Amino acid sequence: MTQVAEPEAAKQFVGGGVLRKEDPELLTGQGRFIDDITLPGMLWMSFVRTPVAHANLTRVDVSAALEMPGVVAAFSGQDLASEWAIGMPCAWPIADRVLPEEPTADPRIPDHWPVAQDKVRYSGEIVAVVVADSREHAADAIEAVEVDYEELPVVTSAEQALADGAQVLHESLGTNKVYTWGFKNGDVDRIFDEAPVVVKQRYYHPRLIPNAIEPRGVVVSPVASQGEFTIYSATQIPHILKVLMALVTGIHEAKIRVIAPDVGGGFGSKLNFYAEEAIAVAVAKRLGVPVKWIEERSEGYLATIHGRDVTQDMEVAATEEGKLLAARVKLLCDFGAYSQLVTPGIPILGAWLYHGPYHADAYGFECVGAYTNKTPTDAYRGAGRPEATYAVERIMDALALRVGKSAAEIRELNLIPRFTEAKEIASGLSFDSGDYPASFAKAKELAGYDEVRREQAERNPRVASEGKGKLLGVGISTYIEMCGLAPSQVLAALKYGAGGWDAATIRCHPTGKVTVITGTSPHGQGHVTTWSQIAADALGVTPDDVEVLHGDTAISPTGMDTYGSRSLSVGGTALYKAAEKIRAKAKRIAAHELEVSEDDLEWREGKFQVAGAPDKAKSIPEIAFSAWTAHALPADEEPGLFATAVYDPPNFTFPAGAHIAVVEVDTETGRTEIVKYVAVDDCGTIINPIIVDGQVQGGVAQGIAEALYEEAIYDDDGVLVTGNMSTYRVPSAAELPNFTLDRTVTPSSTNPMGVKGIGEAGTIAAPPAIVNAVADAVRAVGVDFIDLPVSAERVWRAIHSARGGGDGERAAPDTGTGAASMTPQASAFGDADERSEGGAQ
Amino acid sequence: MIPAPFDYEVAESADHAVALLGQHGEDAKLLAGGHSLLPLMRLRLAAPSVLVDVGRLRDLNYVRANGDTVAIGALSTHEEVHRSEVLREHCPILAHTAGEIGDPQVRHRGTIGGSVAHADPASDIPTVLVALDAELVVHGPAGDHTVAARDFFRGIFESALGPQDLLTEIRVPKMGAAGWSYQKFNPRAQDWAIVGVAAQVRDGRTSVALTNMGETPVRAGAVEEALAGGADAAAASEQALEGTSPPNDALASAEYRRHLARVLTRRAIEEAASR
Repeated sequence: MTQVAEPEAAKQFVGGGVLRKEDPELLTGQGRFIDDITLPGMLWMSFVRTPVAHANLTRVDVSAALEMPGVVAAFSGQDLASEWAIGMPCAWPIADRVLPEEPTADPRIPDHWPVAQDKVRYSGEIVAVVVADSREHAADAIEAVEVDYEELPVVTSAEQALADGAQVLHESLGTNKVYTWGFKNGDVDRIFDEAPVVVKQRYYHPRLIPNAIEPRGVVVSPVASQGEFTIYSATQIPHILKVLMALVTGIHEAKIRVIAPDVGGGFGSKLNFYAEEAIAVAVAKRLGVPVKWIEERSEGYLATIHGRDVTQDMEVAATEEGKLLAARVKLLCDFGAYSQLVTPGIPILGAWLYHGPYHADAYGFECVGAYTNKTPTDAYRGAGRPEATYAVERIMDALALRVGKSAAEIRELNLIPRFTEAKEIASGLSFDSGDYPASFAKAKELAGYDEVRREQAERNPRVASEGKGKLLGVGISTYIEMCGLAPSQVLAALKYGAGGWDAATIRCHPTGKVTVITGTSPHGQGHVTTWSQIAADALGVTPDDVEVLHGDTAISPTGMDTYGSRSLSVGGTALYKAAEKIRAKAKRIAAHELEVSEDDLEWREGKFQVAGAPDKAKSIPEIAFSAWTAHALPADEEPGLFATAVYDPPNFTFPAGAHIAVVEVDTETGRTEIVKYVAVDDCGTIINPIIVDGQVQGGVAQGIAEALYEEAIYDDDGVLVTGNMSTYRVPSAAELPNFTLDRTVTPSSTNPMGVKGIGEAGTIAAPPAIVNAVADAVRAVGVDFIDLPVSAERVWRAIHSARGGGDGERAAPDTGTGAASMTPQASAFGDADERSEGGAQ
Repeated sequence: MIPAPFDYEVAESADHAVALLGQHGEDAKLLAGGHSLLPLMRLRLAAPSVLVDVGRLRDLNYVRANGDTVAIGALSTHEEVHRSEVLREHCPILAHTAGEIGDPQVRHRGTIGGSVAHADPASDIPTVLVALDAELVVHGPAGDHTVAARDFFRGIFESALGPQDLLTEIRVPKMGAAGWSYQKFNPRAQDWAIVGVAAQVRDGRTSVALTNMGETPVRAGAVEEALAGGADAAAASEQALEGTSPPNDALASAEYRRHLARVLTRRAIEEAASR
């Protein structure tokens, strides 16, 4: 490992640009991912998935599949029903409730079986599983399973789901409504009634499909004689998966071991309990041999959770000058067909953030959720906070226009001034610390904001009058988010089904080396490097001396895993606390060995030194050796130098910052080019700037994708039209600009290291920066509103419509006569054989 | 992701390929670079019983200047076409457009012959060949014959190739000092064209063809006539929709494609006239 920023002599690794310890292995193809795991006697699973979005299952007959080559077994939902102690779990069941009132109904969480038993509710739901001796045989055999569907009316939007007389998905609930949940803080309705300025706007945040570079997959290895199961899964949550698998299958928790091998990204999509994992355990139990399943990409588009799909009615009340008085929002969420692990809670993660980093006096939030015949939604990078940030940052621009200020002026007027201790805000939470004006000032400077505005004032009127050319636009997003999930007591109040703590263990070996065992489960975040830096500084060793173990419940039995930008602020703090325990014990032993009082020792240059006599010192490796030999320990001191800490944070953390996008929009085609993208983020104390930059770059890329390219579209029959990467437009590096990255550092008041989290900030900040920029550009040609995603066609329509060229309504796509460009797109064609005629070479 | 089972034969020569096609009948398909057929097979949208691999016929991989034409072997990859010095000198529009296809992986495996024979109206190369009045050499049971590019494309994935025919060579006229342009509108660099327009200005005469504006590449005759009659690029491009029937799908509406066809036609004519 090479460290590039800090000299070795400084013995200060935190804050330095230590290169990722994980990378040599990953970049040379030595990583061990789920699909690299092959076990003796292993069988493959393939799933029959309904193509129909809503139907009663009248017959599922697997007998013909059993006759296919290589097939060992096949099961319908009824065949496996006896394996489940409970259905698939929802850990965040939210009931109808307007705080501070008590809930008015039980949470509406329907039965959700790993294999559908009598009804299917979204295209892609599993109706049968086939097990064969190879992946190919399993894939061939699923075509032989016979299923009869008695089709039912399909519900494809939240509005439709909640309309009178709507087809109900879950008969036992009697309604498609999941909940109405909300709260008010302060005299919000009176302020809105009396405010001189009220700005309202409806925004729709499209449905998104997560695209981790590695699809999901699972291998289950049984020890039949012992009733033990080892589950290898491409998951973010090995610890939570273990608990849930025990609950769902009734298998004793001690008999389940979950291993997350190298995992190629998750973005929330691997923060779940999935049917395929449970089925793999059931099948391995039935057959007594290892079984494996690897997700196909287009299969994942149906089978892995989606994100967002939220309509937001956003309102702000302000003074004539544009000073914010109150914010109020109503959300309507399309949750898809079931409540997955934390589906109902996703909007709640943004519920306190709809006044952004701006001062306000009062606040109101309300969310309504609905079940529809679509893939369930759940956590996707940002989870609730991108929706809030988008609504807030868009409406701040609308407010600026309304009161005759610029987008920069309205923010400078309203940003909460610098503070360093926790501070209660209008929605009722306490922000940990912040210097929002400083981030914004830095971003403006890096973007050349004033200069771009001058060029825009010169260029846009000319382009508008000529009707061709490129309009310049500037978009600002002074975002705030909430992470470090979470204080367990807060989670209890929100009816979340688990705690928000995390754990770390340090073992100091007699060789001087150190093992760190963490309860977080990295899948690309670089915890091995970051945790090594923290341990190295705390224990007076180098990062190379530290081995970090994770992702195996047999090695790391205690943890809450990785999601919600929580790992550093919770799991990293647990490590920091464990190191404090090590140092406390080591200090006692050092004092004993040096024959001085503990008060005479000081921690300097990575050692305990006798004050005033620096040559009398003991290092942690030295003490680890003497603690191991235990030849001359203090009385009552236990041998060995190990410690575990479990840390439950007292508050969330609130990363914030300012992103500015400069774009050019081609007035004739509607295409947007990003000319410049500036991100100034404040995630508190930085452990590793290279990793922080990487998180911001990936996050911003994902946010740009959301702003310009990606949208999951269903047709009226509940068929996913954007069923693969040719129609669901994940951008590549070729579509992205270079980013200008910088930071401000305002340490968090929540935890001792002052860290906040950076995993989601880019994705949260970027969409409104881009859309505000496009809206700013096309305002010159009379467009007064545009929404996500600002694809070229959508922008062209808006321009065309503003010029009086039509109502901007888009004709429904023909799915019968589709373009050949949709070649890998099943729904675009009627008949496969016909299409492949013509001697394709 | 996992194709249905199929048999696999390796053709040792063009004649052998033709014989194998005859032997295995209509369910046999030719495989070259595999970048059109294999995705269909992996999604089980196509399930040929036999693949006849012509990918090892290295004698069909060449670019040769030959009198007034350049001959391109059907198995030349897009990258080879893109990098060919002969084409950059004598047919720069083709070398340029080959570099606009897909992504580097696709360009290093996909072949010009495969792209043409696949007859996907969203592909770029067929449009350029139609605009250039290229000729295609087809090898079949009765030997070689040539087909004009304009007559080759018959429908979506339908061409003049018979069940035992193999496309062996593409012949393009040398462009001399002709001006040219290929305007490709695609949301992402790796995407097929939503709409594409090829234009060549040669000896004062302009030819124009459109990508993905119908079931085959569309030669924009009305635009050419308007230009021949003295119309400027803006006026002539208003005629770009004649003979088109653009798809209306998840990638773009037909209305948007019609709009883009006019804009890109104007831009193509303007750029071709200026270089």
